[in-house]
Amino acid sequence: MDQKQNSSFTYPPRNNSPQESFNPNYDYPQFNSQNRTESPYTPSQFFNSQAREWDPHALLSNLSFLEQKIHQMQNIVREMIRTNEGQNCNISELTAQRQLLTTDLTSTIIQLISTAGSFLPTIRTSLLSGNAPIPQLGSSIPSASSAPSPSAYQPNPSPDYEELTKGWGENVVESAGQIQIEDLDVKEGEDVGQDGDTLPIGSYEVLQLEKEEILAPHTHFCTICGKGFKRDANLRMHMRGHGDEYKSPAALAKPAREPGSQPIPVKRYSCPFVGCKRNKEHKNFQPLKTLLCVKNHYKRSHCEKSYTCSRCNTKKFSVLADLKTHEKHCGRDKWLCSCGTTFSRKDKLFGHVALFQGHTPALPSDEVKGKNEEINDKDDSGGVGYNDGDEYLDMKGGYFSPMVNFDSFSFEGLDEFSRTTFDPTENSFSFLRSGSPDFARKDPGN
Amino acid sequence: MEMETRMKKRIRVEANTEPSESPFEVLSEEILFLILDLLDSNPLDKKSFSLVSRSFFAVEARHRRSLTPLRPELLPFVLSRYNSISHLNLTLCPYLSDASLSSIASLLGPSLRSINLSGSRSYSHRGIESLANKCFNLEEIDVSNGVELTDEAAAAIGRMSKVERVRMGRCKKVTDLGIGCIAVCCPNLKLLCLKGCVGVTDLGVALIAVKCRKLRSLDVSFTMITKKCLPAIAQLPNLEELCMTGCLGINDKALVTLKQGFKSLQALDMSNCQNISQASVSSILQKNPSLHHLNLSYCSPVNSMLSGLHGVFKLNSIKLDGCHVSTDGLKSLANSCISLKELNLSKCSGVTDEGISVIVAKHKDLVKLDATCCRYITDLSLAAITSSCASLVSLSMESCTKVTCEGFRLIGRHCPKLEELNLTDTDLDDEGLTSLSQCQNLTSLKIGICLKITDEGLIQIGRSCPHLQELDLYRSIGITDKGVSEIARGCSNLETICMSYCTSISDESLKCLSNCARLNTLEIRGCSLVSSVGISAIAARCCNLSKLDIKKCYEINDAAMLSFARFSHNLRQINLSYCSVTDVGVSALASISCLQVVTMLHLSGMSADGLAAALLMWGSLMKVKLHVSFKPFISPVLINRVESRGCMFQWLNKPFQVQLESSEVWKQQSHDIFVE
Repeated sequence: MDQKQNSSFTYPPRNNSPQESFNPNYDYPQFNSQNRTESPYTPSQFFNSQAREWDPHALLSNLSFLEQKIHQMQNIVREMIRTNEGQNCNISELTAQRQLLTTDLTSTIIQLISTAGSFLPTIRTSLLSGNAPIPQLGSSIPSASSAPSPSAYQPNPSPDYEELTKGWGENVVESAGQIQIEDLDVKEGEDVGQDGDTLPIGSYEVLQLEKEEILAPHTHFCTICGKGFKRDANLRMHMRGHGDEYKSPAALAKPAREPGSQPIPVKRYSCPFVGCKRNKEHKNFQPLKTLLCVKNHYKRSHCEKSYTCSRCNTKKFSVLADLKTHEKHCGRDKWLCSCGTTFSRKDKLFGHVALFQGHTPALPSDEVKGKNEEINDKDDSGGVGYNDGDEYLDMKGGYFSPMVNFDSFSFEGLDEFSRTTFDPTENSFSFLRSGSPDFARKDPGN
Repeated sequence: MEMETRMKKRIRVEANTEPSESPFEVLSEEILFLILDLLDSNPLDKKSFSLVSRSFFAVEARHRRSLTPLRPELLPFVLSRYNSISHLNLTLCPYLSDASLSSIASLLGPSLRSINLSGSRSYSHRGIESLANKCFNLEEIDVSNGVELTDEAAAAIGRMSKVERVRMGRCKKVTDLGIGCIAVCCPNLKLLCLKGCVGVTDLGVALIAVKCRKLRSLDVSFTMITKKCLPAIAQLPNLEELCMTGCLGINDKALVTLKQGFKSLQALDMSNCQNISQASVSSILQKNPSLHHLNLSYCSPVNSMLSGLHGVFKLNSIKLDGCHVSTDGLKSLANSCISLKELNLSKCSGVTDEGISVIVAKHKDLVKLDATCCRYITDLSLAAITSSCASLVSLSMESCTKVTCEGFRLIGRHCPKLEELNLTDTDLDDEGLTSLSQCQNLTSLKIGICLKITDEGLIQIGRSCPHLQELDLYRSIGITDKGVSEIARGCSNLETICMSYCTSISDESLKCLSNCARLNTLEIRGCSLVSSVGISAIAARCCNLSKLDIKKCYEINDAAMLSFARFSHNLRQINLSYCSVTDVGVSALASISCLQVVTMLHLSGMSADGLAAALLMWGSLMKVKLHVSFKPFISPVLINRVESRGCMFQWLNKPFQVQLESSEVWKQQSHDIFVE
């Protein structure tokens, strides 16, 4: 079985481990450069254990488990080769073996990913050492957190990237090491604007709110009864009930700036999460423009995604507005790739196809079925390979409901590796669905 | 034919000495293959060869690589004989079902390299799929005009992983998805023609450019592409030829913002792109020093565009048809290019004597000049052209009405290398024609609507231009049998002759022309003196005849049709409107196995029943033009049946008009139209 087998693995059902509530003040474990190469936990250990110490022993056991697994698979493949040479290939037996193999491979890969994912902060540091002088841990970074700075990695500027890398599965293993670690609030574009709106550093005042302040539902409080409001105008309206003195036009008017006073310095905001690009300690600090930006950014990037789309039950959002936007077009992904990924827009599909080798745009499902019949016929007659050397994912339209969204298995997922430990949010592996995925790969030699 | 006679002679000679053994058995297959390699000029030679003996027959079958069948019904038999065919041209089979495609696929299998389906209409994606399954060595496929083909067909093409050249012009139902399949699965693609694929947008074209890095030639004419796919196309490392005719989505902005790329581009066709102007084209040109050919026909005014051609050293061919080109424009063109070989100024307004003189003075190596309809140029231009461009091979001065006969006399004197000359609708006279006898390499001569020329000049041509292949005498009414017979005697290679409305032509001319064995196109529209006798002589001796126009030759009757049916096995196209042909003649025509395009209007003796009978047996028919008055009398069932065989009906409603107007009047009228 060659490398290409990767492309056809079947993702097994996965336990949905409850998402850990995120703790922004969590201290990254210190790790020194000597044992950087050792990586900690198996995913399951990660998910379940609250202990976050780096444990080389756990890593070792993890790796030997993987080794065992690979040996097993080798045996299966040998068996397959033997039966093939014996010319008595029973097709059903063969497919069963293949499915077994793909399942094994998949789980191995996932474990590998998770190991690598937990290990990513280390990799990052070691990569850094190759490129730029490593900032001494603990010196340039405040003691509150020792998370290495992702500064050497520029996030990809294109917000489209996220969707382009949908269905990224098979490439993860090869490229995990080189992936540019995305800073990850890709949607930030709308908050800050990527046009040259950036102010020169020092020309603005940087404010940093605490997490609690940001997440507080209300920002304006009545001094008399303590009731909270989202907007100061609402507060002023409320104040009218506390007495006539709050009813004067002056009291109800928006507090105007005094004419003679100094012009208010431009304010920009910093995200309290250390290590985030929006944090003022970051090397390439990009400030947030308004309070609303801070809130949305913080929720999107550093908070649990608690709003689930009721239609697809897959996509999750931490900002209600995002969910509403998504629900508007959820289920309408009609552009399909041969790998099973669906897209809401044709250009996204073509971007995806352009990015990966061997992915083709799939024709609408009724046509696909016809095509599959053709392919099967050909198999029987021992016809020519579908496409020599090119992996072609033979898929039946029916198995992929348009709801399946691989969307979030993207840099966003990877970032979770780097930022927290391996964060197994539901949508990081949303494509790991139970059921009977039919990913049996077309054998080019057949 | 020669070969056959020679062979037969040898058979006889050797049969006398050794009666028992065939002398041909000693010839090895290699030698026979070598002989066959030399028999390419005339298809009938090979036929004669294969009739020599059984082994010759077999060898010929093995030797043949390309095949152009006339009827799909015979394909299984033909292909089982010729089973090593690698190039199959099915353009002459209008009806080609999926079943026939799949039988082709299974008969030829891996030996098939190239297939042309551009003339067929009735196949679908299933046929292409069977090709993709069986013929895995297929390198070239042409499915142009498959207007009913869908994305599935494109996906099937995508499964031919070795395919290098794909032409799918006018496949209107193919969208980006289908193109995407081709792009992803055909990494070896070198040529792609998407002309008129209106369903294809930027996404598909850009994906092609991203995935098919070996692409050399790309035709995206008449598609909806915009600037979005240009950067990707520009990055293609091997792209040599780019055709963007009629892409209205391409505008100046698209071209100017294109920062770099097109490194290897040699030929760029941007004709009919009406939204581009000089600035953008010059910016493209400055980035592409290797450009050889540039076509800007029918773009916006190009005056200042031409000044942007600096630095394009290698540019040697430029087409500016239909543009407004001023004298200044031509001057800057003359100064910026180093060596121009080909210049097309056809229908350019604003071309003056001065402009032409400047160009030809700078570019003495000019090989081809097209100044059709440059109505302001005079003898001065012609003097300049002839004095400086001695190596001119092709010259077109059609409708240059201000040039006088004096001017045309210069051509023959100074341009002896001339091979193609078009002086249609000019002031050419016999003396000018006589001077052309210097041009002994002349292969194509068009002197239609030259009312001054007579037999005297034509006789000189016939005596001195033995290589003449194409002669156009349309409405040159001074020509009679005398001149034509001299041509027939002197120019034995003649392939195409048009003598329409040369009313003095009679059977005598045709009898002489029947000596030109290669004649394949004959137009004698309106030659009312010609009768069945003359045309039968042509039919009997010119077996290559494939196109025939005998409209308004009232004397031609069924006798001629019967001789066509008997001799003209290559006849493809015929126009016999107004002839005295009856049902007998029409059914005789219907028996010609490859006759495909027929125009039959106002036939005096044709009845609806006769027509119906003929249509029923006419298997090869692709297109037929009939008078609309017949339509009610032909049963719809029959029409459906004929249409399902791949035939198109065109019902015309032209009035019956017997009278021919004289050519002088006709010419005056056509000029009046221009003036208006």
